[in-house]
Amino acid sequence: MLSNRKKIQHLLWRSGFGVDRTTLLKLQDKPVNEVVDWLFNQSKREADLNVVAALGDRKKPDMMTREEKKALFKANFQETSDLNLAWVNQISTTEQPLREKMTLFWHGHFACRSTIAFLTQQQNNTMRRMALDKFSDLLMAVSKDPAMIQFLNNQQNRKQSPNENFAREVMELFTMGRGNYTEDDIKNAARAFTGWAHDFTGQFVFRQMFHDYGDKTFLGNTGDYFGEDIINIILEKRATADFITKKAYKFFVSDTIDTDIQQQLAKQFFESGYDTEKLMRTIFTSDWFYDEQNIGSKIKSPIELIAGIRKSIPLQVDDNKPVLYAQKILGQILFYPPNVAGWPGGRAWIDSSSLMFRLKMPEYIFNAAEFEVTPKVDQDDIEEQMMMNSEQPYAAQRTVNKLNLAADWQSYINSFSDVQDKQVFNEVFDYLVQPLNCSVSAEMLQNYANTGSREEYIKSITVRLMSLPEYQMC
Amino acid sequence: MKYNRRNFIAISGLASTALFIPNFLKAFERVNKGLLQTDKGKKLVVVQLSGGNDGLNTVVPYRNDIYYSGRQGIAVQRNQVITLNDELGLNPNLTAFKKLYDNANLAVINNVGYPNPDRSHFRSMDIWQTASGANDYVRSGWVGRFLDAQCADCNNAYHAIEVDDTLSLAMKGDKKTGIALRDPARLYNSTAEKYFADTVASYKAHGSATDTDLNYLYKTMVETVSSADYIYKESKVYKSDVEYPQTDFAKNLKTVAELIVGGIDTDVFYVSLGSFDTHVNQVSQQNRLLGQLSDGLDAFVTDLKMNDRFKDVLIMTFSEFGRRVKQNASNGTDHGTANNIFMMSGALSKPGIYNDSPNLNDLDEGDLKYHIDFRSLYATVLNKWLNANDEQILGGKFEHVSVI
Repeated sequence: MLSNRKKIQHLLWRSGFGVDRTTLLKLQDKPVNEVVDWLFNQSKREADLNVVAALGDRKKPDMMTREEKKALFKANFQETSDLNLAWVNQISTTEQPLREKMTLFWHGHFACRSTIAFLTQQQNNTMRRMALDKFSDLLMAVSKDPAMIQFLNNQQNRKQSPNENFAREVMELFTMGRGNYTEDDIKNAARAFTGWAHDFTGQFVFRQMFHDYGDKTFLGNTGDYFGEDIINIILEKRATADFITKKAYKFFVSDTIDTDIQQQLAKQFFESGYDTEKLMRTIFTSDWFYDEQNIGSKIKSPIELIAGIRKSIPLQVDDNKPVLYAQKILGQILFYPPNVAGWPGGRAWIDSSSLMFRLKMPEYIFNAAEFEVTPKVDQDDIEEQMMMNSEQPYAAQRTVNKLNLAADWQSYINSFSDVQDKQVFNEVFDYLVQPLNCSVSAEMLQNYANTGSREEYIKSITVRLMSLPEYQMC
Repeated sequence: MKYNRRNFIAISGLASTALFIPNFLKAFERVNKGLLQTDKGKKLVVVQLSGGNDGLNTVVPYRNDIYYSGRQGIAVQRNQVITLNDELGLNPNLTAFKKLYDNANLAVINNVGYPNPDRSHFRSMDIWQTASGANDYVRSGWVGRFLDAQCADCNNAYHAIEVDDTLSLAMKGDKKTGIALRDPARLYNSTAEKYFADTVASYKAHGSATDTDLNYLYKTMVETVSSADYIYKESKVYKSDVEYPQTDFAKNLKTVAELIVGGIDTDVFYVSLGSFDTHVNQVSQQNRLLGQLSDGLDAFVTDLKMNDRFKDVLIMTFSEFGRRVKQNASNGTDHGTANNIFMMSGALSKPGIYNDSPNLNDLDEGDLKYHIDFRSLYATVLNKWLNANDEQILGGKFEHVSVI
């Protein structure tokens, strides 16, 4: 039988980013249902990211001088980095872990890149506010979101020259998935989305002069459809509920889908009118969610790994360089998904280099160990640098790096104060290692313990345990 | 299985040792015993020119008035071009390419691209690395899928090596991945670190071979240790005397040459050079990089020839896109579409300029039209050079080109 504590830890890893040990001690004896209620209550509030100032009345880019354009590029680049740090910090310290986890889920689902930091922030806040609302409302909001409109070229989608990008992706990646529509459906849907655009303040606008008012035939229906009609028709298809619940199952439960369970979830999701909160409650309160095969069986995403470490041992992170750097090496940079399909997840996080870095990262963080690892350069970053400094072409710089971050061990160490010396190892192990079957030997680990003091002992085995493959799992 | 924290060691020990002789450990043992084989097979070296190299200033249509009128600030002047034929010439920095061309070791393939080209760096690079269509999203890379298909029983990552600190998507298959390393000795030292080694040893003593994600991590660790060990040993077999330029790119090629000549059993090597993203003051930046490309490859080819291995090596360059035909207002060029690709080897069946030069009279909104799908080149390389099932790896049939 799985202990209640293990169940609660499982719930808190999957619905959030792990839990600090003091909070765990408070929750570990409560029934699962009660903790789920607590999670939803906590997440009722929401905290917008508010790092980037609104666009206001700024000049149109084609009215700007070259110097002004450069300055704008530079500002957006810096602001997107600030936004990244703000979100990673919020994820790591939030009181609304479920809301942040759902926001991350939707960020990967509605994957989008924008060169305008304010639009990125606005989109992220929309996803956060609506994270647990009806998916149907979220889908409509994201479809009209300026960053998405820009990313999927709907600004260029006009009656005279339709651009199919948004129409294609909304069906393939955001709702039904392939096999549920034809190329003709894409063409007709694209016509219905003509005129959906945004203005220079970052607000959605419907430009009547670009809209194609003619009849469109879409998924067997014909009418003088607007974009809203297309979204609504897509939501009438069960394939949409099927697609979203598959993705949610993989993200929150397991990379291996149990089809019977997922089909039940899809039916419920569809019949509830895409009630995301209801879907998530069902997942977190179902017995199958706590089956042994689901415990500690998922590879943490880089963000889950970084945030999880920081949940356990708070880190002072003011500079965005080390945080961005770790995300780059590990292969997940918030606001820079690899493409509109999002991060593939699971084993795709892992190769020799990313795994080595994962296993050595605790030492880099807590022991200030030095290393020489240079991430690949994002060409989109380079573009910004080129604009900033045109005379001095970019040259890759390779240096010895350090992730020297100030760690606050005290609350963590204090949380073990009631534990007898003999039990400390087991307690630390139990807290940090989520998989049920481990192959690492306690004796081996003990060889690396610093027995100088109880404090040093806890610190040393914590860093060692965090350096194991077991710690990569949640 | 019942789980109890206090005696987890005993449980995992019991559960596994009897059944546990996974294949991938055998390879590990072989390497550890120092049974190195000398491999003389065909090698592919992929050279990624990151950022979108301007193909028109690389292989210059030096008699074309449209070229000169559209690029008054940046065109390569007629008298500077290294002439190849009466239409095309090389950028003056590509001196080594001329030697290769004269020795029938170079092929220029013009107008390579794909339908509905994407002008975003990350998306177009994604397309080139995964070998997908513009409307497809594929989570594995083409070299990785080559490993999946060709090397399903291989238990080590060293069959495809990227000389860098992190691994490109191109090198990640659905089941197998290549390995990234900047320096064989550094990787070796890093995996030989005691705690790392002890963790692996502990797994070998107590772990199970069940196909769980946790075991996948351990398996990756074991393979990394084993590959690092093997690559390090191979890297010591041959130390090159050839003088390579003092650039990162040349240094990386030297690593590749030493491994190839040393006899490593690796099929694909991957190196990158950049950034070719020349929006502003293109000439100085591109010339500098093309010079690095040419000088680096010059030393590399010299090295391989000295050791009689150039006939077994195929070098293929690519970039995520070419650039627009007309320059911009900053003496640079913006993102374009189709581009040229170089293939170099001591064993080309059809060296020289493979096909027609770009038609600057027939543009698609100012951009070059593609005539050869890049996947045709991948298909050819996979099939003719690496002896693999190109249709399976690329998920479709692409016409071969008769270069190799």
